[in-house]
Amino acid sequence: MIANQFLILAAALFALGVYGLLVRRNIVLILLSVELMLNAVNINLITFESMLDTPEAIGQVFSVFVITVAAAEVGIGLAIVLLIFRNRQSANVDELDLMRW
Amino acid sequence: MASGSPAKQTPVGRQLPLHKGVIVIDVIFADHLVEAGTGGFWGDTAWIMLVTPFIAFLAILAVGKRLRYQGGEIAVAALAINLIWATALFILNMTEGVLDLSHTYEIGRIGSNLVFELGWALDGLSIMMYFLVNFVGLLVFIYALGYMEGDRRVPWFFAAFSLFAGAMLILVGAPNLIQLIIGWEGVGLASYFLIGFYWEDMENVKAGNKAFMTNKLADVGLLLGAVIIGVTLGTFDFAALDTAAFEQDSALAAVAVVAGLLLFFGAMGKSAQFPLHIWLPDAMAGPTPVSALMHAATMVTAGVFLMARTFPLFEYLATEARTIMVAIGAITLFAIGLLALVADDIKKVLAYSTVSQLGYMMTAVAAGGYTAGLFHLFTHAFFKALLFLGAGSVIHAVHSNYMSDMGGLRKHMPTTFWTFIIGSAALAGIFPLAGFWSKDEILATLGHEGYTTVMWIAIAGAFVTAFYMTRCVALTFFGTYKGHGHPHESPRIMTAPLIGLAIPSVLFGLVNIPGVELPGIQNFTTWLGIRVVGMGDHHPEGIDLTLAVIGTVAALLGAVVGWLIWGRDRSTQRERDWLEVPGLYPLLRRKYFIDDAADGVVALTMGPMARLVNWTNDYIIDGIVNGVAALTKALGNVVYNGLDQVGIDGIYNGISAFADNAGAALRKLQTGRVQQYAGGFVAGALILVVLFVWVV
Amino acid sequence: MEWLETWGLTVTVFLPIVGALLLGFINRDNENALKRTGLAVAVITFVVSLGVVAGFDFGAGGYNSYQFEVNETWIAAINANYHVGVDGISLPLLVLSTFIVMLAVIYSWNHWEEPKNPKAFLILTLILATGLNGTFVALDLVLFFIFFEIVLLPMYFMIGIWGDKTPRKIPGFSKMHETRLYAAIKFFLFTLFGSAFMLLGFLALYFESGNVGAERTFDIPTLTELGASGAFSGPGNFAFLVFGAMFLGFAVKVPMWPLHTWLPDAHTAAPTVGSVLLAAIMLKLGSYGFIRISLPILPDEAVSWAPFIAILAVIGIIYGSLACLAQTDMKRLIAFSSVGHMGFVMLGIATMTDVGINASIIGMVAHGLITGLLFFIAGSMSHRYHTREMARLGGNMKLMPVMGGILAFTAMASLGLPGLAGFWGEFMSLVGSYNPLEGLSLGVFRTAMVLGAIGTVLTAGYMLYLLQQVNLGEPSAEWEGHQFHDVDRFEATAWIPLIVLIVVIGFFPRVIFDSTTDAVTSLVEMAFGGETTASIGSLTRGG
Repeated sequence: MIANQFLILAAALFALGVYGLLVRRNIVLILLSVELMLNAVNINLITFESMLDTPEAIGQVFSVFVITVAAAEVGIGLAIVLLIFRNRQSANVDELDLMRW
Repeated sequence: MASGSPAKQTPVGRQLPLHKGVIVIDVIFADHLVEAGTGGFWGDTAWIMLVTPFIAFLAILAVGKRLRYQGGEIAVAALAINLIWATALFILNMTEGVLDLSHTYEIGRIGSNLVFELGWALDGLSIMMYFLVNFVGLLVFIYALGYMEGDRRVPWFFAAFSLFAGAMLILVGAPNLIQLIIGWEGVGLASYFLIGFYWEDMENVKAGNKAFMTNKLADVGLLLGAVIIGVTLGTFDFAALDTAAFEQDSALAAVAVVAGLLLFFGAMGKSAQFPLHIWLPDAMAGPTPVSALMHAATMVTAGVFLMARTFPLFEYLATEARTIMVAIGAITLFAIGLLALVADDIKKVLAYSTVSQLGYMMTAVAAGGYTAGLFHLFTHAFFKALLFLGAGSVIHAVHSNYMSDMGGLRKHMPTTFWTFIIGSAALAGIFPLAGFWSKDEILATLGHEGYTTVMWIAIAGAFVTAFYMTRCVALTFFGTYKGHGHPHESPRIMTAPLIGLAIPSVLFGLVNIPGVELPGIQNFTTWLGIRVVGMGDHHPEGIDLTLAVIGTVAALLGAVVGWLIWGRDRSTQRERDWLEVPGLYPLLRRKYFIDDAADGVVALTMGPMARLVNWTNDYIIDGIVNGVAALTKALGNVVYNGLDQVGIDGIYNGISAFADNAGAALRKLQTGRVQQYAGGFVAGALILVVLFVWVV
Repeated sequence: MEWLETWGLTVTVFLPIVGALLLGFINRDNENALKRTGLAVAVITFVVSLGVVAGFDFGAGGYNSYQFEVNETWIAAINANYHVGVDGISLPLLVLSTFIVMLAVIYSWNHWEEPKNPKAFLILTLILATGLNGTFVALDLVLFFIFFEIVLLPMYFMIGIWGDKTPRKIPGFSKMHETRLYAAIKFFLFTLFGSAFMLLGFLALYFESGNVGAERTFDIPTLTELGASGAFSGPGNFAFLVFGAMFLGFAVKVPMWPLHTWLPDAHTAAPTVGSVLLAAIMLKLGSYGFIRISLPILPDEAVSWAPFIAILAVIGIIYGSLACLAQTDMKRLIAFSSVGHMGFVMLGIATMTDVGINASIIGMVAHGLITGLLFFIAGSMSHRYHTREMARLGGNMKLMPVMGGILAFTAMASLGLPGLAGFWGEFMSLVGSYNPLEGLSLGVFRTAMVLGAIGTVLTAGYMLYLLQQVNLGEPSAEWEGHQFHDVDRFEATAWIPLIVLIVVIGFFPRVIFDSTTDAVTSLVEMAFGGETTASIGSLTRGG
């Protein structure tokens, strides 16, 4: 089945993203990991669309939508990171626990 | 035993509603008819007596400070006005025809049956008490003008004293149990205020508390007795109670013994009957006029008054209760009288004496001697008030309550001395003073009713009475002065009331010489309480010479023995000797044979007994009382600190503390570390995957 | 008078809240204008309620025959109406409420507790007044519930903002808490807990009334009629659950043992006026609820709960008095005394007789006057001494004779001295429990009577203890040479009417009885089938 390879690729990408999200200390890299996970989702969406072939091409529409949101998210995320770095001279998440009780 | 048979003198009672709130009962005796009066103007306006003291109370508080006697004159004026009515009613009742009615005003009503009323009774019993309270009260008030001059808070003294007079008149004028309770607790309140009059000293405050609490405890009896009677009869009216008791009403009969004993328990508190007498000696902490009027003449007789008021209940229904009542009265009259032998405080001597005399009254009424008990109440009020005022006069002169600081005052204070002698003789029951007649009547009644043992105890009590009064007189007025300064006779304003009380102490016994009818004047027995007497008071017809002689001999013997002991030595050291070493002392000092014999007899019998009683009083009864108080207090602590704060509140606090602690524990999970959250997120997602793939 | 007939009650209820709105427009620095407006509103409310008394037909009698009735559609969807009216039972309580609120405003004139802010305090007082007055006139369960709950918020803020700031160790909690916060939250949660159940009970009645009657209704008179006809006493435990739910709501408010523990904390922590309003009026909402709602709507269930209520009431009497003996804080002592006194009120209700219920109403009024006055005095004294510790006080009679005298008077009234207002409630509760409704256990009630009577002795005990500690003896060295202001004119204005009323009711209880007795008699006849005072006197006689 041709879809399997794409799904395995997507799963691998997603797993890499999760790994990066959990172990990286640098916020920029964490954000990149999130992007990785989002793109894995995109691959999944397109794969399934190509199999189901809906008239409205929902899969494609959704993946374009995800790409747009991801761009916005990265924009805001990097802006926050920039501010944090300016204030704290560090981009290490371990030193950031402002949301603690 | 007392026979409850009403067959002897059967009254034919009919009730004539005259106008609203007034009920007249004509009672026709088997042998002669006694006309019922209405009291006319004096009867219709007698409410004034119940109101003036309260007006005086408010007036003294308002303007007392600015007056010459700091409000004392207002108090005196109020009672002087009252005395006009009291005397008029007294004479009317004695000459015109016996009154037996009450005026009432409705103050509240529940449903259609239960009615609360206030009013004023007009019958022999209440008229006697009106006269007594106002007459003795007026003299004591006048005396107090002099006695309290220059003291602290004089306006408050007279205000509280007026409050007492008003409450007492409400009590004795009560046509029903509710009003009686109002007056009853009112006098208790005034008593609390006046015992603790010098409240700067905690001792006095505690004496006031003790009096109030003892009485409040006893009041539980009165309150519950009133509840039972009120619910059973549907009314709190005394007249209805009397009628129901006389007709042997079955509903009342069912609860009569319980209700009777409950009422008696209330009376025991107010009239200081053993073992609730403990408050009275302590009550002497109040100023002496207070002791004279309240704790001797009037307030403490309220218990006897209550027993007389509800007399038919005990006469016809609660006959089983009477044995207990007589027994308690007998213990009181003898055992507490002994205590007067060892007191050094002159007021305590008189206080113990009062308790003992109240025992006489209670015994008499309980034994069925309605007239005898009330007659003694009547005469006792005069001479005991006289004695207290005399003691006050002495205390005023020597500035000490202790007889060991007195002595030889006979020469310095002749008026006080002679009136005191009259009072003592009347109290001891020396012929022909007032006390002789009333005590003799009590003895005769006890004999007549078959309470022979109690009669002999009462005779022994007469001996003791004379004994301690002789001691008191000897230590105070004879020998040499042992105090400081130069004692003077008290001012006229104080000695005049002494004389005013000495006269009735001599004469008033004559109003009720058994078997003697005075022309134009109702017989005291008839006069006193026609309703009750008609139902069968046990009243000896003529004078019993043998008993009279025995009683007099006992009293004289007491006086002689007392004189032999204290008339010679005149120091309180002496009784300490014979009390400390019973029997040993006379052997060492055989001065006179009689002296020694008396010492020996007294020391061997009275001494240990007195000490035993005193010890019992201090350690057992007071011990129990204090123990109960401490226990209650401790219980309060346990209930509050143990049960309430830890137990019940503990549960509520526990619940909220649990929520609080759980929150505290859980919020530690919020570390603020994004990656930990993400880890949890991933872990949760994995669990869901596992669930979906393998489980579902 | 026509106007009063239709608008009297509505004005009495809503004028205070309108006044509160008015106060909102006045600058908070303009203290005089605030106080005058507040007082004017309170006085007018009181006068209107007096107008209601003047127009009240005391001869009309009859339970369920309300006067000044207004019945307008309100929430049609659930058939809830704006239904208000008074009868002989609610009339004295309504007047008590407007009266005490007025005195509270007078008293607060120069007694602002930290953090001052008269504007907020007066607004809260007036909102509270609306809730209190409304509860006493509401004849619709939804309306009743809303008014019942309205009082919570102002009181919560009064305690929480103006209350006692001393930190306090609460057992079970690791940190110290401010007394006022603890007390305010405890008060709020307890009452809310109770009223949640109460609301459930109301809803159950609403739905059940649809099953047994023609239409689902919240209307109290209609439900009462249904109740009297036995509609709710069918098989099953419906009535039991509903009574239990309402019991929780009312019993917390009374408060009955063992749901009382919010009371000492709330009373002690509250500012003076708060304590007064709490003790004098708010506690009565609970016992009034029993008389107005629980008893007539679920009579059979009430009878089976009666011994249980009596036992709790008597435990409250003894328990409250004993706890008083252990207090060191004057205000807390007075607070605990309420537990005992409300015990007498509940004992009266538990007898289910007209004597008992009359006793409970006069007991409520008397307790309102007496304990209200006690809290006023306690407040004024701690205002001057800056302490409520009885061990530090003493000799007050010397330092402030007038205040001490009034305290002594009030203490005597509180211990139920005959001739003062407090006596009738206690005495008649005892009369009632000697002779409870036919069918109730005589053993339980007569034991309750004896224990209640012993409770009066304990009451005397702690009141004398209070006087001894506070009033008598020499002042301690701490106050030597201190000059204290004795009673000022605002205090006197607020207190003298209370003193006069306590004496008047003491000697002429008909002031209250004339209003209550007919209504109570017909309540008892309607709900419990007629055995009333007629049974007194013929109880054991006829058979």
